[in-house]
Amino acid sequence: MKYDAEVKISLKKGILNPEAATIQRALALLKYQVENTKTLQIIKFSIEGDSEDSVRQKVDEMCQKLLCNPVIHNYEIGITPED
Amino acid sequence: MKVAIIRFPGTNCDRDVYHALELAGGEPEYAWWNQRDLSSFDGIIIPGGFSYGDYLRAGAIAAITPVINGIKDAVEAGKPVLGICNGAQILAEIGLVPGVFTNNSHAKFLCRWTELKVKTTRTPFTSMYSTGDIIRMPIAHAEGRYYNDEIQKLKDQDQVVLAFEGENPNGSMEAITGVCDEDGLVCAVMPHPERASEVILGSDDGLKFFKGMVDY
Repeated sequence: MKYDAEVKISLKKGILNPEAATIQRALALLKYQVENTKTLQIIKFSIEGDSEDSVRQKVDEMCQKLLCNPVIHNYEIGITPED
Repeated sequence: MKVAIIRFPGTNCDRDVYHALELAGGEPEYAWWNQRDLSSFDGIIIPGGFSYGDYLRAGAIAAITPVINGIKDAVEAGKPVLGICNGAQILAEIGLVPGVFTNNSHAKFLCRWTELKVKTTRTPFTSMYSTGDIIRMPIAHAEGRYYNDEIQKLKDQDQVVLAFEGENPNGSMEAITGVCDEDGLVCAVMPHPERASEVILGSDDGLKFFKGMVDY
C-alpha cells in the first residue's frame, strides 16, 4: 500500500533562527508588528509499506540518519494512506 | 605523510589544500566521495566548498557517502583527520566532533580575515603553535555558527581548538570556531588555514596546521 509521508522539521526551543528573525524585521518594515516568527522545513514523499506503523518507523529512521540533526532539530511525522 | 584530500560534488578548496600540504612537505592525493577504503593514507583532509549544494543542511548529504566509512576507519586507526569549513560541517554532521555549525547569527555570507586564538596544542594540527597564540586566517561561510548543548564538557575535555579573538562575526557559542574529538586527532575548523599558507596570500599563519599534520 502507498502512503503519503510528511516530515516537519523545526528548531528546538531556544535555538536561534536567523531566517525567522530576518523575516520578522522585514515584516516590521511593512509596518506589520509580529512576534515569535518561526520557519519550518517540510519534506514530503510517497512511500510503499505494509502498515502506517511500519512506514512511520521507517520515516523516523530517515529523520535520525539524514533529514534532521538531533543537536538542533525537533521533527513531526505525518503518515496518511494515499488516495 | 600521504594525505587523502576528499572531493565531493561541490568541493572547491581541494586544490588550495593540495598546494598548502605540498608546501608543508606532505604528499597529497585526491580521493572521491565514493571511495570506501582509505587505508593506504596516513591522514585525511576534508576541504571546504559546498558539497551537494549545501542542500538540507551544510554537510548533511556528504555525511552519508561511502567515503565516510573510510574516514571512520582512519579515526579508529589513530590517523589525523582535519575538516576545514564545509569539511568541519561534515565532521560535525557525522558526529566525529561534537556540536554543530549552523546558520550565522545574521543573514550574511561572511568572507573576511579574522583573528583567532589557539586554544589547545594537543591536536597534530595545532602542535606547532603555542596555546594563546593569536593568528590570522580567513573565514568564508554562511553556516559557521558553532552550537553545542554541552559546552562545559567540551571545555573541560580540552576540545576547543580555535576561538575568534575580538569580534565574534557569526555568533558562535563562546566565539568557538574550531573543535576536536576527545583524542584530539579529529579536528574541525571553520577558518581556512590553506588560504593563509603563504605570505603572498596575506598571511602564512595557517601553514603550521599542515606542517603539524605532516610532522605527526
